[in-house]
Amino acid sequence: MTSALDRKLLRDLVRLWPQALAIALVMAAGVATLILGVGAHASLSETRAAYYERNRFSDVFASVTRAPERIAARIAEIDGVGAVETRVGKIALLDLSEMPEPASAIFVSLPDLGEQTLDLITLRSGRTPLPGATREVVVSEPFAQAHGYEIGSTFSAILNGVKRELTIVGTALSPEFVYALGPWDLMPDDRRFGVVWMSRAALAAAYDLEGAFSDLRVRLLRGASESAVIEEIDRILAPYGGEGAHGRKDQLSHAFLDAELTQLQAMSRILPPIFLVVAAFLVNMTLARLITLEREQIGLLKALGYSNLAVGMHYLKFVAAIALIGAALGSAAGTWLGTGLTRMYGDFFHFPFLIFQMSPSVYLVAVGVTLAAAIVGALKAATGVVRLAPAVAMTPPAPARYRRTLLDRLHAALRMPQSAVMTMRHLVRYPARSLGGLVGIALATSILVGSFWSFGSIEFMIDVTFQRSDRQDATITFVGEREASAVQEIARLPGVMAAEPYRSVPVKIRAANVERRAAITGKPDDPDLSRVLGSDLAPVHMPETGLALSDQLAAILRVETGDVVEVELMAGDRRTVTMPVAMVVEGYLGLMAYADIGTVNRLMREGALVSGVHLSLDETRREALFAELKAIPAASFVALQRVSLAKFRETLAQNLLTMVSIYAGLAAIIAFGVVYNFARISLSEQGRELASLRVLGFTKAEISWILLSELAILVLLAQPLGWLIGYGFAVAMAAGFESELYRVPLVVNREVYAWASLVVVGAALVSGLIVRRRIDRLDLIAVLKTRE
Amino acid sequence: MNVETPPPLVFRTRALAKVYRTGEVEVHALRGVDFEACAGEFVVLLGPSGSGKSTFLNIIGGLDRPTSGEAWFQDHDLSRSSDAALTAYRRDHVGFVFQFYNLVPSLSARENVRLVTEIARHPMRPEEALDIVGLGDRMDHFPAQLSGGEQQRVAIARAIAKRPEVLLCDEPTGALDSKTGVKVLDALTRVNESFGATTLVITHNAGIAAIAHRVVRFADGRIQAVETNAARLRPEEVTW
Repeated sequence: MTSALDRKLLRDLVRLWPQALAIALVMAAGVATLILGVGAHASLSETRAAYYERNRFSDVFASVTRAPERIAARIAEIDGVGAVETRVGKIALLDLSEMPEPASAIFVSLPDLGEQTLDLITLRSGRTPLPGATREVVVSEPFAQAHGYEIGSTFSAILNGVKRELTIVGTALSPEFVYALGPWDLMPDDRRFGVVWMSRAALAAAYDLEGAFSDLRVRLLRGASESAVIEEIDRILAPYGGEGAHGRKDQLSHAFLDAELTQLQAMSRILPPIFLVVAAFLVNMTLARLITLEREQIGLLKALGYSNLAVGMHYLKFVAAIALIGAALGSAAGTWLGTGLTRMYGDFFHFPFLIFQMSPSVYLVAVGVTLAAAIVGALKAATGVVRLAPAVAMTPPAPARYRRTLLDRLHAALRMPQSAVMTMRHLVRYPARSLGGLVGIALATSILVGSFWSFGSIEFMIDVTFQRSDRQDATITFVGEREASAVQEIARLPGVMAAEPYRSVPVKIRAANVERRAAITGKPDDPDLSRVLGSDLAPVHMPETGLALSDQLAAILRVETGDVVEVELMAGDRRTVTMPVAMVVEGYLGLMAYADIGTVNRLMREGALVSGVHLSLDETRREALFAELKAIPAASFVALQRVSLAKFRETLAQNLLTMVSIYAGLAAIIAFGVVYNFARISLSEQGRELASLRVLGFTKAEISWILLSELAILVLLAQPLGWLIGYGFAVAMAAGFESELYRVPLVVNREVYAWASLVVVGAALVSGLIVRRRIDRLDLIAVLKTRE
Repeated sequence: MNVETPPPLVFRTRALAKVYRTGEVEVHALRGVDFEACAGEFVVLLGPSGSGKSTFLNIIGGLDRPTSGEAWFQDHDLSRSSDAALTAYRRDHVGFVFQFYNLVPSLSARENVRLVTEIARHPMRPEEALDIVGLGDRMDHFPAQLSGGEQQRVAIARAIAKRPEVLLCDEPTGALDSKTGVKVLDALTRVNESFGATTLVITHNAGIAAIAHRVVRFADGRIQAVETNAARLRPEEVTW
């Protein structure tokens, strides 16, 4: 049988349900954010680790022009190398009948004898090609899905200048192409870029690489030094046109995946703790005020003979019940959202399986923090009340002492009505309460700013990248370097309005003991399509001598304009030269180094060559151009910037928008919870006073205004503070997002502040309306009968 | 010719009844009250707890509505008035004094009075009202700095500052000792005499009845008896 006290508990919960629910929701939002953020990140990290392990993802990667197979044995002997696999890997244009624009694929060989030892593919359907079969291929599953291909479907590819028809015998996924990105693309586009696996013999024959390889994969033994192995591999491969081995850090798919996970981690490491702390703070404040209102009840219970402990426990139970409801709601919502988010990212990355890693410790932390905050808040208030003698507690607190303050002169000077004086004095009389409310509302605004800012920043990044910097419609990447005359040939194609060459050379750039792999991109002196922007975002001329480094690369190398860097060419004669840093330029994507195309060609001592060409197109003649491009043997990849941009936005819309929407939604719940509780408790505290005024002839609107103006003042004062704190959150998140692949510019525009404030003010208005309805129902007579 | 015309009626009720329903229990607080009061009259309502006198005062004060019957203030039909009309009625015509003062703690004595004068049509200055109740020297004190009697006199000043036609007092001395209570009663009688406000005072202290023009005894939701005092006592002459 439940005790009378427990029944009181249940009835109190029922009586105060809107407030209890609002508090529970705030807690739930805090708990959910932590669980979903940490959970999604842990799940995806765990999934990636397991995927890499099961499919034996390589540690070191190298490309060469052509190296004899026997070299593999020498590499296997390097200290620290556990496994070696050689293969043929080439990017080639595809000719897909159902698609006007050109698509490309990376062709990767599968061993004809024995199994793969590294970067194992996971077959999703069908089988692997028969040894030596020249027309059988396995394609990446996302590529097949994007085109509606099934086993037996055929498509054409131009391999080494020869068009071949290929038949799909299987679909697969591979850990090295989680993020399948074509050159000059920003986001994977499964329609325009795929992975094709072929028999080693067949692919080698197509590229004249019999008995030789162009790709090398190495898996290291535990504890081996990656840099030592890379150095040794580079030494061995140098004579065969090695472009420099690199670790996972520079493997495209891994690096992008890592950047995505870093971003997710930043989201889960920065926002949720803030949410949790904010929620805890609000719960603490709200419950403390709620219990102070129970003063008379506490006095009564004590007068009836209940011990301090029993009374204290009663209120702890009350608070714990609310906290547990919040924790349960939050855990359920967090798990659900976290699983959904993991699925969404898992689909995006095409992981063959997902491991949901919802570690119990996250739940413990989330629930523990909220519960502790609630209980501390309750204890603080309850001990204060329990300490009073029952007779004193049963009478309401004596009228609060007010004193004249400097503000009074202001009231007089402004001839403020007494109702406004009441509001002002009340705010000043309870500084802790007013400040608590102010900070609570400011935090609600700030978490919204912290959630919203990334939209504006990414729009800014898109504007800078696609409107001001990379303004070309398409970029053709050649197979190897071409004579400069190739640019004229391309320029003569139908629909080409302008053609601008570039020359790209893989290098290692060093300053002091910091080294990074990068590409030096040579551009015409005054590029018009693919422009380089200075720190003021105005286009700059290419330096006559020396390099222009992106600010991120300059920061990593710790160099400034006027310093020199050491450049090791990873192609051609592989010299090491020193070059001055002529300028530092803006760049959000990757570690970039630019130079005049003449400078690059002199550096390479190979004459006037180009790696590719940027194009401006006549949109009306796209089809004709695409038809021609598909047949150009020199091109290996055609990037379409507008398509990239659309894809970029679509992917962002899917991932970031979902993520941010979830956070923004939870932030809005918190905002509403704070404001509603503040208004509701103020009403309880001042209800008697307000009812007295009604008796004196004040209208409902007038007394509502007395209460709500206090709230309005706090809400308005809180906004600038909220913006400031929110900006701080944005700074922390931008730092957390930053990876060497890209940087999100910290742009918090006015819209972000406006939206954040709008949500909070909206929440305040709704709370105000709800409270207003309660004011309208104030019992005027009851208030006269009870002693103050 | 010096014919004395009877003072006009201020309040008139007919068969006033009020039933409170709490769950399945019906409480008949008023069971048909007929009552009249003239301008400038000082009426004391006597009766034990639950006799209906507070319910009656609340209805004619525009704080509550009757279940049946009529209640008129001059030509205002209080029993059929809307919420907004009742609010306007309280604002323009009624001064209330309660047992527990109901002052706003964040406002000083002067400001508590000003709270009402700001919304009234022909108010006196707050200082004037406080002078009348003998608190001219404590105007800038906050409620917490005033004694119970002083707080009640501030409440009276607040009630009279709008120059109300009626002054309704529910147990104004209930929370005070007799010495302080006398000061409060003194303030009430002076206001009644100098402004001619019809004054209704609820009490269950029979001693106070002697200061009234008329004494109305309530019992069991009805008016049990009405007595007119041939000779009124001054407040300082009564004790309890």
